[in-house]
Amino acid sequence: MNKALMLGNEAVARGLWEAGVNVVSSYPGTPSTEITEYISKYDDIYSEWAPNEKVAFEVAFGAATGGARSFCAMKHVGLNVAADPLYTASYIGVNGGMVCAVADDPGMHSSQNEQDSRHHAIASKTPMLEPADSAECSAFAKIAYDLSERFNTPMLLRLSTRVSHARSIVELNDRNEVGVKEYKKDVMKNVMMPAMARGAHVRVEERLRAMTEFADTEAVEMGINTLEYNSTDIGIIAAGTSYTYAREAMGEKASYLKLGMVNPLPEKLIKDFASKVKELYVIEELDGIIEAQCIKLGVKVTGKDLFSLLGEYSQSTVQTALTEEKADFDTFDGEIPPRPPVLCAGCPHRGLYYALKGMGLYVSGDIGCYTLGAQAPLSMMDACVCMGASISGLHGFNVARGKEQAKKSIAVIGDSTFIHSGITGLIDIAYNKGVSTVIVLDNSITGMTGHQNNPANGFTIKGDPTVAVNLEALARAVGINNVVVVDPFDIEGTKAAVKAELEKEEPSLVISRRPCALLKSVKHEKPVTVNADKCIGCKACLNVGCPALSFTKRENGKALATIDMTQCVGCGVCASACRFGAIEKGE
Amino acid sequence: MSVKNILIVGVGGQGTLLASKLMGKCFMNIGYDVKVSEVHGMSQRGGSVVTYVRYGEKVYSPVIEKGEADIIISFEQLESARWLPYLKKGGVLISSTQRIDPMPVIMGKAEYPEDILAKIREKGVELVELDALGLALEAGTAKCANIVLLGAAVRFLGIDKEMWVDIIKSTVPPKTIDVNLKAFELGYMA
Repeated sequence: MNKALMLGNEAVARGLWEAGVNVVSSYPGTPSTEITEYISKYDDIYSEWAPNEKVAFEVAFGAATGGARSFCAMKHVGLNVAADPLYTASYIGVNGGMVCAVADDPGMHSSQNEQDSRHHAIASKTPMLEPADSAECSAFAKIAYDLSERFNTPMLLRLSTRVSHARSIVELNDRNEVGVKEYKKDVMKNVMMPAMARGAHVRVEERLRAMTEFADTEAVEMGINTLEYNSTDIGIIAAGTSYTYAREAMGEKASYLKLGMVNPLPEKLIKDFASKVKELYVIEELDGIIEAQCIKLGVKVTGKDLFSLLGEYSQSTVQTALTEEKADFDTFDGEIPPRPPVLCAGCPHRGLYYALKGMGLYVSGDIGCYTLGAQAPLSMMDACVCMGASISGLHGFNVARGKEQAKKSIAVIGDSTFIHSGITGLIDIAYNKGVSTVIVLDNSITGMTGHQNNPANGFTIKGDPTVAVNLEALARAVGINNVVVVDPFDIEGTKAAVKAELEKEEPSLVISRRPCALLKSVKHEKPVTVNADKCIGCKACLNVGCPALSFTKRENGKALATIDMTQCVGCGVCASACRFGAIEKGE
Repeated sequence: MSVKNILIVGVGGQGTLLASKLMGKCFMNIGYDVKVSEVHGMSQRGGSVVTYVRYGEKVYSPVIEKGEADIIISFEQLESARWLPYLKKGGVLISSTQRIDPMPVIMGKAEYPEDILAKIREKGVELVELDALGLALEAGTAKCANIVLLGAAVRFLGIDKEMWVDIIKSTVPPKTIDVNLKAFELGYMA
């Protein structure tokens, strides 16, 4: 057997390749991003980064209509953006198979909420598979295409952080070249107007019944839903990571119904399993969705009364709830300071925030690395909701509080997020005679998700040069007459430019332009040095919040600024903060 | 064989992922079932990061809980203190002596604890401390501190040293093989 140790996301990509997928369109989002990055390495699959998840979904769905096996990936909140096409695509069905992977983030390692994407599967009446490890990521991706084409439906593949970002062993197989199916015009199927949609809805309900039957029968034969009978005292129903935690904690002390298909659920199988065990538990991270279904079926279960609605589970969650076993361990005696994530040394966002700190601004924030500027010492954010909300939210805030407030308010949004859904908010401001000042932090990359190219940086997913959105021209085209570009490492220049735009009773777009310090193409300066004769130990430089800058006691007992030479890239923002000229350019 | 648990902890950007990748590959080649769980995204930006490596006949959960780790490999002292509760009684803590101040300490809002490793040793924990950064620089680059620590950990794994050498050779970029092998040797001897 040819096998490899693969990240769950890498295994999904492998499964897609083996399934003969031709077209992939995604928007990056932790923990889903690497699926599409791995896909981009296969030359026999067309892949792209789309401007947002709605576009990605529609591209994939269009490709499926055109007869190709297609795919899109997104994080849980991305599916909210793509929900509109999802719900109607479910009515229409497919020609070539289509799968949409959605990665949840229980515990919010890198997200603004921990919504449960299974709700979207239920509400849109779309079948959903949920793998528990990398081997299943590959296997279920392939099965999903067979089901998609057989039942005439897009399929959802639910992942979570601990599946997407865990490596385990995957069996490698050859690619099944399925080609592109014939396309035939079919208005009744593909054009969703009321008359056609009424018929389509009937088919959707029939499909759900057929797939429930499938879940009860063939899904067991195919190893999607599996049964393991051990003890009759305890029965556990679980899916995905929750199953792995339960199996680890309880071993052969319990029997298991592992669900690989989480929508629709197998009704007979659940009832039958329940009848064979004395105590039945549903163990599921986030919402009590399987539990609710059990209750609807009249099956008595214990679920959310015992297991939290919040955060990630683990084997010890299950152990604590169901056994008497207790963990034994040592702890460190003393306070352990937290280590929150911070903007990197040399990050251009730091320069912008430091320049505007102290101006008493209301800062409407957005989703990206720059959200880290909300934390002390920069403390430069008042609000952050979702992708694009900084601009539209600022407009609303300023409309509510008047033009004087608008002179003390800004929105900050990254280049990729601006393209994703910030531009629509900017159009709203221009169209409705708003006066807001919006700052695009253009670092030439989608940063937080690990450096993906985007429509504003001039490179495709494969790194090939392409047209780049001209942000200045775009802003002017939608009716923003004041467009200025600043260098965020020029602290005084940035401050003056933003002040000038805030004074205007017109909308403005300020582009704070400097590439991400982690990009390989960025040349770094020598680390800065501290002149011990000039440093008086006032700690003003600490206000820039740079991880490469701290205070240490010198030989004479004085605590002075100290530069971590392994981290410092010589950006010099800290030097702007020093009134004594004690931080000097490195030589 | 029961499942063995190795926790790798450090600060985002220190290169904890390469060590876990090498381990995963080695255990798979021997014939074990393996799970390696990583942290990507926001937490990587200079935050406290952890990677779980588990191997054995059959591994279910991808994570390691308190009191379960046979070995903790720590890239930084404060992280050794933070993750100490994850060490199994009788387990081994391999800690670099490197110190990286977290933002609350830089800001003067919190104190970096004094004598962390000595305090841990006083508890009767089996502790191997080494200057991984210094040894990495001796090998040629600060970037291979992760391989130094891997070298130190390998002594406790009971797996033939040559297997690790082969895995390193086949995994790291060809140009970096020599420096990584030197780093591995320095860690192994430390």
